[in-house]
Amino acid sequence: MTSVSVAQRRSSDVLLPPGEGGAKRRMRAVSLSRLAIHATLILACAVYLVPLLVMLLTSFKTPDDIRSGNLLSIPDVFTVIGWVKAWDGVGGYFWNSVKITIPAVLISTLLGALNGYVLAMWRFRGSQLFFGLLLFGCFLPFQVILLPASFTLGQLGLANTTEGLVLVHVVYGLAFTTLFFRNFYVSIPEALVRAARLDGAGFFTIFGRILLPMSVPIIMVSLIWQFTQIWNDFLFGVVFASGDTQPITVALNNLVNTSTGAKEYNVDMAAAMIAGLPTLLVYILAGKYFLRGLTAGAVKG
Amino acid sequence: MSSTAVITKASPLDVLQRWLPKLVLAPSMVIVLVGFYGYIGWTFLLSFTNSRFMPSYNFVGLQQYARLWDNDRWWVASQNLLLFGGLFIAISLVIGVFLAVLLDQRIRREGFIRTIFLYPMALSMIVTGTAWKWLLNPGLGLDKLLRDWGWEGFRFDWLVDPDRVVYCLVMAAVWQSSGFVMALFLAGLRSVDQSIIRAAQVDGASLPSIYLRIVLPSLGPVFFSALMILAHIAIKSFDLVASMTAGGPGYASDLPAMFMYAHTFTRGQMGLGAASAMLMLGAVLAILVPYLYSELRGKRHD
Amino acid sequence: MATLELRNVNKSYGSGLADTLKNIELAIDAGEFLILVGPSGCGKSTLMNCIAGLESISGGAILIDGADISGMSPKDRDIAMVFQSYALYPTMTVKDNIAFGLKMRKLPPAEIEAEVARVAKLLQIEHLLGRKPGQLSGGQQQRVAMGRALARRPKIYLFDEPLSNLDAKLRVEMRTEIKLMHQRLKTTTVYVTHDQIEAMTLGDKVAVMKDGIIQQFGTPQEIYNDPANQFVASFIGSPPMNFIPLRVQVRDGQCFGRLDSAAGAPGQACCELPLGAAAELEGRELILGVRPEQIQLAAAAAALPSLRAEVEVVEPTGPDTLVFVSLNQTKVCCRLAPDATPQVGSSLDLQFDPARVLLFDASSGERLRPGKRQATDNKVAQFKLG
Repeated sequence: MTSVSVAQRRSSDVLLPPGEGGAKRRMRAVSLSRLAIHATLILACAVYLVPLLVMLLTSFKTPDDIRSGNLLSIPDVFTVIGWVKAWDGVGGYFWNSVKITIPAVLISTLLGALNGYVLAMWRFRGSQLFFGLLLFGCFLPFQVILLPASFTLGQLGLANTTEGLVLVHVVYGLAFTTLFFRNFYVSIPEALVRAARLDGAGFFTIFGRILLPMSVPIIMVSLIWQFTQIWNDFLFGVVFASGDTQPITVALNNLVNTSTGAKEYNVDMAAAMIAGLPTLLVYILAGKYFLRGLTAGAVKG
Repeated sequence: MSSTAVITKASPLDVLQRWLPKLVLAPSMVIVLVGFYGYIGWTFLLSFTNSRFMPSYNFVGLQQYARLWDNDRWWVASQNLLLFGGLFIAISLVIGVFLAVLLDQRIRREGFIRTIFLYPMALSMIVTGTAWKWLLNPGLGLDKLLRDWGWEGFRFDWLVDPDRVVYCLVMAAVWQSSGFVMALFLAGLRSVDQSIIRAAQVDGASLPSIYLRIVLPSLGPVFFSALMILAHIAIKSFDLVASMTAGGPGYASDLPAMFMYAHTFTRGQMGLGAASAMLMLGAVLAILVPYLYSELRGKRHD
Repeated sequence: MATLELRNVNKSYGSGLADTLKNIELAIDAGEFLILVGPSGCGKSTLMNCIAGLESISGGAILIDGADISGMSPKDRDIAMVFQSYALYPTMTVKDNIAFGLKMRKLPPAEIEAEVARVAKLLQIEHLLGRKPGQLSGGQQQRVAMGRALARRPKIYLFDEPLSNLDAKLRVEMRTEIKLMHQRLKTTTVYVTHDQIEAMTLGDKVAVMKDGIIQQFGTPQEIYNDPANQFVASFIGSPPMNFIPLRVQVRDGQCFGRLDSAAGAPGQACCELPLGAAAELEGRELILGVRPEQIQLAAAAAALPSLRAEVEVVEPTGPDTLVFVSLNQTKVCCRLAPDATPQVGSSLDLQFDPARVLLFDASSGERLRPGKRQATDNKVAQFKLG
């Protein structure tokens, strides 16, 4: 069975066998088109992988190698000097990012879970309106809140602090985390909460004992989504942090775009890899949840 | 019927229980009202002032908007956004749909291939920008690679060519986001009712025509969602420009997000920056409102 | 064991919307089985939720054992509920599901253990105690859901369409089990269903609801034999009661209604029904209600004159044969003995007892009851061939 058919995707027994005469010809045409499909897909994979490959190759080259070879040339000597220098340059900021990301991810996920729980299971007059207002936050161009937010952070004494960035990320991540949990809890029968109420469980008991244990998948989605969003953030980092509190994305950008001295592309690429590795790793380990976050969060908005 | 009713009052704990949902939601409500809508209003207010490095509340009417109108750099940024956004969305959609349809043909290593198409989405735009800035480096990047591989006359210096630099942004952005479109459509294809496809096969339709005339048209909502999200990414994109071109050469690759940042935070033109931010919000709303309208209308039909 | 009384209970969502419950008055004795039945959207589930305290009422009072509980939170009402979707906690084992309510009430662990064991034995689910709900079949989940309610030994059980997610065969089995259980435990029960068979078979009392109003409240037999209006008459009984429109004619102080069997043969198969002696009914449009089983093949022995009608459809169901004819341009179902196998197109002589038919107002659907005097006057019902 090599014939390509949409219907055969899930069950291979639906197609009637083609007439004897045409069968061979069709088989050949079909396997040719299958070959073409595979070739195209492999080519596309190569195109998607090349930038990563180039980054890796370059990061292990010496500056001389970079000048004499090309993007895809194999380095004469593999050296980790680029990585060492990159870590010297951005390592501190890497930890900044960790210090910003972990609390912000945890707090925004917890708040989102509670919000989603209320919005799905304890609706009251106005809660739907609130959800609508919150949803808009998923589409908010952050430029429109940057100025007031920076004044507020200044007033609170949180300007240029890690805490300030955590706060900003929690506030503006809330829309997505709430959306995730609300949509997840909406799909859970309300009768479960009613049953628990009759059993004598209160608001937090129902949440902690019944809903949270069911929420593992959506917690994963929210954690991963928030992790990638906050780790990858540049705008808030560049606006609300300076000097020692900057996250790694800002540090990477500064490193790459400074015009002083000779360009060390191996260091640039190693630094870019360092900045990209955590999210890449999360993606490889938990791609399923990552994809669900993208589609659930983005589509069902 | 004659029994006398014993009135039982709710205990304070019960009252607390009744208020708990509202209490729990209250901080978020404050956050949303202040942090979202209050701040939008504040920015709106600032856009009518002549604030420069510090906010001032000297109201100058529509002057900042008039300045934007007369500002050549703003026009370049806006036109760039149209060009960048249009190309980015169109190409991402075409590639995404194409790859999704190919992947829908019972490919053996489908999960693996899908992972490869989608991984750029996990990266920061700053990382993407850094990588592509290097890939497109005039002299050492693709330029040299193809010459080394025997294409003697190949020249590729779009990154420093004011007329073509936007295309570089498009390339990087498409690389980053087309896998996402693919994933959206693949999910959509998987949800198409198989009996419709079988009916079309019984009617004698060929595979390409089944896709073009039956399957893809039924994915209208997915198209719309993808369009929405890509447009949103385009309007907000700031990191990519910052890391790849910083708006350069000159301001040839400026985008509104970049314009807003530069004027507000480095050039001391807070009022102008606020006005440009409001226009960006307007652009998002122009896309969002029809989207939400169709979503809500669709739900009412259910 | 508790009495339940609803006094003038009202429920509305917001001022602009229509009331979902209007002036509900009900009272059942301790140990009685009350059925709330009606089409979807009639308010029966809302009423049940109000009793449970999951929704608040806008007016009136709900009394358990004479105490007004309308302001109490659900957990304090001492009520247990079985949900349509079972609502089993998916992350807990069957045992923990049953024990959850007891734990929430802070019972000592040993007591909980004993109670779970008792309930599990009662429902024969001992072998399932270690499983999660996802590993159970629909019927097993149903049992666990009942077990969770039983474990608490509450004053009142509420069942919200508990059988509607089961397949037909299992539904009949579980119906019998619920009845058995109630006979043994004698706990006051309120049971919501849209299934009129469940209503008839399980209930001590039945409340038929429509549009938030109780149409009739009584024993199953009262509801079946003496429906308050056309809606109740149509809702209870399967196949449903036939409703035949007719116009009243007064002759010699007696009201008659004419039944025409087929448009093609006027005068051939008409009969008139004596409807009592209310002269003011002259010319009025009425609906005649007659249950399929009341229509029989004409037998010479019976004192009832017969009506000849053409057979249009024959549906043998096994225990009966349903025959459809037309009377006054209305399809009428007759439930005949299984050995009756009339040919489609053939003519049948049918008869029914006019004393037992029901009359409804054509516009309001309200029941029209003949006065006592008329009923005795017409001891011998007569059909007149027109």
